[in-house]
Amino acid sequence: MSEQPHRLMEIKNLKKSFPLQTGFLGTGGTETVIAVDDVSFYIESGETLGLVGESGSGKTTIGRSILRAIEPTSGSVHFEPREGEAYEVTGLSNREMKAVRPHMQMIFQDPYSSLNPRMTVRDIIAEPLVVNKLLKGTDIDKRVLEVALRCKLNVEHLRRFPHAFSGGQRQRIGIARALVMHPRFIVCDEAVSALDVSVQAEILNLLGDLQEEFELTYLFIAHDLSAVEYISDRVAVLYLGRIVEIAPSKELFFSPLHPYTSALMSAIPAPDPDSPMQPIILKGEIPSPINPPSGCHFHPRCQFVQTECKTMRPELKEYKPGHYSACHFSDVMELPGASELGESSSIRTSKIRSSN
Amino acid sequence: METAENYLVKGDPLLEIKDLKVSFKTDEGIIPAVDGVNISLKRGHTLGLVGESGSGKSVSTWAVLQLLPKSAIIHKGSSIKFHCKDGESVELTDFKSKSREIRNIRGGEISLIFQEPMSSFSPVYTVGNQIMEAVRAHRDVSKEEAEGIAIDMLSRVGIPNPKRRFKQYPFELSGGMRQRAMISVALSSNPSLLIADEPTTALDVTIQAQVLNLMKELQEELGMAIIFITHNLGVIAQIADEIAVMYLGGIVEQGTRHDIFHNPKHPYTMNLLRAIPRLGKTDGGRLVAIEGQIPSPMERPSGCCFHTRCSEYMPDRCNVNIPQITQISPEHTVRCFLYES
Ligand SMILES: Nc1ncnc2c1ncn2[C@@H]1O[C@H](COP(=O)(O)OP(=O)(O)OP(=O)(O)O)[C@@H](O)[C@H]1O
Ligand SMILES: Nc1ncnc2c1ncn2[C@@H]1O[C@H](COP(=O)(O)OP(=O)(O)OP(=O)(O)O)[C@@H](O)[C@H]1O
Ligand code: SF4
Ligand code: SF4
Ligand SMILES: [Mg+2]
Ligand SMILES: [Mg+2]
Repeated sequence: MSEQPHRLMEIKNLKKSFPLQTGFLGTGGTETVIAVDDVSFYIESGETLGLVGESGSGKTTIGRSILRAIEPTSGSVHFEPREGEAYEVTGLSNREMKAVRPHMQMIFQDPYSSLNPRMTVRDIIAEPLVVNKLLKGTDIDKRVLEVALRCKLNVEHLRRFPHAFSGGQRQRIGIARALVMHPRFIVCDEAVSALDVSVQAEILNLLGDLQEEFELTYLFIAHDLSAVEYISDRVAVLYLGRIVEIAPSKELFFSPLHPYTSALMSAIPAPDPDSPMQPIILKGEIPSPINPPSGCHFHPRCQFVQTECKTMRPELKEYKPGHYSACHFSDVMELPGASELGESSSIRTSKIRSSN
Repeated sequence: METAENYLVKGDPLLEIKDLKVSFKTDEGIIPAVDGVNISLKRGHTLGLVGESGSGKSVSTWAVLQLLPKSAIIHKGSSIKFHCKDGESVELTDFKSKSREIRNIRGGEISLIFQEPMSSFSPVYTVGNQIMEAVRAHRDVSKEEAEGIAIDMLSRVGIPNPKRRFKQYPFELSGGMRQRAMISVALSSNPSLLIADEPTTALDVTIQAQVLNLMKELQEELGMAIIFITHNLGVIAQIADEIAVMYLGGIVEQGTRHDIFHNPKHPYTMNLLRAIPRLGKTDGGRLVAIEGQIPSPMERPSGCCFHTRCSEYMPDRCNVNIPQITQISPEHTVRCFLYES
């Protein structure tokens, strides 16, 4: 059933801003938080795109905008679940969205607030099937049991209520609920971070198997960079609402072209007490999306900053095949990437002129 | 002026948990969530708690603070002894969950960072309001001072524009910002024990490094001890002095971080270490997960509770008898028949 890969998702110039109350008792004018600032990327069918970056950089907002769980401020989301079947998701009415929703699911970051405490696990997992009238009667129970078992939940779990589960168990309920529809596209928002490494390994293997079986496509959002490296074909790095780098996974981790990516890679904690972390310290305050810095958003914290960085926004440009970076100096930079874990980290020195 | 606190010495005993057993009454029966846990923690030290999800890590810490839900029972014979700042030691299981005594301990002596940042904030008050509450509950300060402390704490955990964020509601913050706000609540009362349940899971690695540094700094400054619960073995390797590994309600192995990472003994510990995705090393291959189903908490396996999934399983022994604690070295213990003579 292998199809030719096609662009399953194409996101163009996506923007999302939130109003923010200011002043005493909200009497001041309204400012806005620009959570997603003109972001464009695509995901091929059957591919996993990793999405990483600071907390607050807009990852969840991108995921939710794509699924229209929130309304993007502007931009377009082109979704092609199968070749020939295409939707402009951003233009659809609520009724038209009904046809698209079953194809797209989200596994949430916070397993605590996303599960209805008054429903049994069986009903939580079955709900999307019922709401979308996909299956009836005993077929529902068959499907629910099938995904529950694949997510390492057992029959007894199905009768219980969410409060009786540990964090990791709840996350598996959320995953089962997303998988029960056999969707084409899943946004996994910190889907494995509450799991112990063995269950995490199982779920990552499971996501991989299901991907092959059903040609699933994933947007995989996570802070655990080793999990991202393992599961993703390509990875995009977000900083203050903008993509600063996007590249095939290996290249991004081991030969990054953007100074922020390099700083991220240096802060991955090695699972070995003899390899102490030597994170590149990002100087200065973490800037805020309420009042982002001019020019290159990263300039107040970048060790390579030059005068032009303060005024000119760097474009996201292709420097090597499939490897894009938004830095004025990506062509002359040689930056350290992640060190292969298990080996002592060798700190390579940077060749670029250093700022004074 | 000399206060009692001047006599508190790093390395003195702080928390001693002995044979802690906690069960839940549910419609389908009794769930033994914590089944005989022993922990002793010294002032200024960091204990990493890792293990199976559902193994009782969170429930053990709720028991320390008497924060268990009503359906939970702490068994007779369980003891949780805590040494307060004034030099007195108290038995925490003696305190009722709403008693004055335990409320003075919570926040004043022991702070807890909950695993779920969203549900520990009330949705109807601003973040700042809730942090100020927490500060004022344990320190005799004015509203203005409390606000100053709160804003300072928010900026120390790396929240940009803390003054403005102070006025926002929890749902308006990203997951990681809520998590950092939680951390600042917990740290704002100068606790002598910080229990941090997955405190950095929602943070990107640069902020994570910053928060870990902040915790280490405060540990130096205040002699604070930490119980750090996480599934991220990278973080544990970086922050813990000692590590306890839990499976199905019990500690199966305990040792220094070097013991656990370089000389693991229990088959479950070895399995955990093998399951970590290692950067650049797992190209295309499958990750190594532990064989078999996680047993239902209501049907605990007989004998060694890991025997249904263990590759070293010895029939007629592991499924019949419960392995005792074996001492590998003064600080390294394991519960497994492979090491019992
Ligand atoms: N409903 C909302 N109202 C106001 N601001 C919001 C809302 N949702 C998100 N934001 C703001 O948008 C920005 C991006 O948030 P988002 O949740 O997308 O970040 P994130 O990258 O997912 O972070 P994390 O890794 O911490 O989950 C943040 O500054 C956040 O405060
Ligand atoms: N309110 C409750 N009612 C019934 N059982 C519960 C309740 N809370 C927890 N449990 C059970 O107690 C056991 C231990 O749960 P606990 O939350 O301590 O696990 P954990 O080790 O913290 O797991 P995780 O790493 O997934 O957070 C689990 O089997 C869980 O299902
Ligand atoms: S454009 Fe300038 S400030 Fe931005 S990342 Fe590149 S060197 Fe640093
Ligand atoms: S006691 Fe037996 S079953 Fe248990 S861990 Fe050791 S070898 Fe495995
Ligand atoms: Mg998020
Ligand atoms: Mg827990």
